[in-house]
Amino acid sequence: MNIVVCVKQVMDPDTPISAFVIDEVEKKVVPAQGIPPVVNGYCENAVEAALQIKAQEGGEGTITILSLGTDFVMDVMKKPLSMGADKMILIQDEHVAELDAAGIVNVLSAAINKIPDVDLVLCGQQASDWDNAHIPMGIAENLNLPCITSALNIEHTGDKLLVQSALPDGYQTLEAPVQSLITVNNLFGEPRYPTLKGIMQASRKSPEIWSISDLGVSSSELEPFLILSELKIPVSEGNCEIIEGEDDADSGRLLALKLREEKII
Amino acid sequence: MTEILVFCETNEEHLDSSAGELIAAGRKLSSEISLPVSAVIFNPNTQMIKEASSLGADKIYKVNDPKFEQKTDEIFTHGLFESCKQINPTVILAAKTSLGRNVAARTAYRLKSSVAQDCMDIRGDKNSGLISVTRPVYGGNAQAVFTFTKPSNQMVILRVKTFEPLEADNTRTAEEINLEISMPDSKLTVIDTVKQEFEGVRLEDASVIVGGGRGLGGPEAFVHLEELAKILNGAVGASRAVCDAGWLDHSYQIGLTGKTVTPDLYITVAISGASQHMAGCSASKNIIAINKDGDANIFKEASFGVVGDWEQILPAFTEAARELTQS
Repeated sequence: MNIVVCVKQVMDPDTPISAFVIDEVEKKVVPAQGIPPVVNGYCENAVEAALQIKAQEGGEGTITILSLGTDFVMDVMKKPLSMGADKMILIQDEHVAELDAAGIVNVLSAAINKIPDVDLVLCGQQASDWDNAHIPMGIAENLNLPCITSALNIEHTGDKLLVQSALPDGYQTLEAPVQSLITVNNLFGEPRYPTLKGIMQASRKSPEIWSISDLGVSSSELEPFLILSELKIPVSEGNCEIIEGEDDADSGRLLALKLREEKII
Repeated sequence: MTEILVFCETNEEHLDSSAGELIAAGRKLSSEISLPVSAVIFNPNTQMIKEASSLGADKIYKVNDPKFEQKTDEIFTHGLFESCKQINPTVILAAKTSLGRNVAARTAYRLKSSVAQDCMDIRGDKNSGLISVTRPVYGGNAQAVFTFTKPSNQMVILRVKTFEPLEADNTRTAEEINLEISMPDSKLTVIDTVKQEFEGVRLEDASVIVGGGRGLGGPEAFVHLEELAKILNGAVGASRAVCDAGWLDHSYQIGLTGKTVTPDLYITVAISGASQHMAGCSASKNIIAINKDGDANIFKEASFGVVGDWEQILPAFTEAARELTQS
């Protein structure tokens, strides 16, 4: 089975708040000094899912990593290759910043169409920067693929996939055609660490670099439906009343009394 | 002229509580862009129709098909898409529930439109009919305002419990319209649905939550949180770090990638208050912080707090709470 995994390079979500700076005029987050970007967490879960499916097939098929962005840091982006993916295509384009979600969906859909013999598309549920959580669904709609979200387990049996999809109070098992789009998040399980052998192999692979103009996407498909009109850091009020007793235990007791007095408990 | 369409979810015999919130948001928009608020309900009963009209819907579209008994994204996406094609709404409002967020996003793309997700506020421009929304981004570290560029099928997914439902007015009536939709065969087959058994109070429904973070040091600490939760008739929650570490399973996780909770009282123990976490609980009425780091972000969000060692503070707090609430 040939699998495409869409991944995104994002700012490290563990960047301390003190290093999180916004340029309100440009409406951009300023990259934190000295903190490298990372592969979006849920995208790594999706890579893990792809590797597990490939292992089920006895190593048959190709896993292609697809990413759209600018300023790719190659050491970061190669992580899915180090984990064991076969190929990588980077759509590197300075116009990416001008695209809204719908534009990104159209570019990624066109790219997937250009990759030969794709069976399954896997995506992380959402990226930790813009938290849109709908790019995968847009791709599924564009490519007319059935879409399953939040997979816990994916099994290839015969010409079907059996997918466990998380629900708020349990899970559902769905039978889907192999040609589907499935989103994955942390519930799927920890992504594997790259092995030394994997890192060596990845170092010998160079990603294919595409640009948006290679994909035959019309300019009308890149026009935004949503425009960012403001970006700022929310202000919190910060008027917490600190309860102090003679020692920690006393403070705990006084806190309970205070909450009772305020009719909170 | 067209309308503000609300995708109402249902729970057995009633509208889901999110429907009333969406209708309230629709009424607010209606006052700004002077369009009526309509509700689309799949397989409605008379009770649901009464609820929608009394909570503020002007018009109710009824769509009936046995296929809607199975709540899958695929079936409801088809239903909402076909409804929108017939109605051609200016704005569509959906709730950020497990069904709503997927159905709304897919419907938007199928309509060749786009969608704004996880919105906390919404307003409309009377002249253009264009909608602006406010939503957290970067895990809640930043707040963004987005404005739509085309005044039709503007799909907005609102975070649950962002709007208060209006007070029910039983004298209100709404026009009822039947929509005919043909349902295709599904590409997905549901093999089975497994419900997790849950003891005690559900996190989403709890009016009191005791939440723990990585600072607790290990899973055994949660015994103390459970004890306090029991006294206050509440539920236990946790940060993402706790769930990722496997101390508790992910059904306990509060935050952007976990559950959104809105208790009256949220007691946090050894939770630093990262934006990612606060995104799931910032609408709590009272947040209490117990943390050893006085500079932790949680103290910016809390109304009362103690700086110190939770192992000393929590048992004393629990004991006092037991005496106070049982006396």
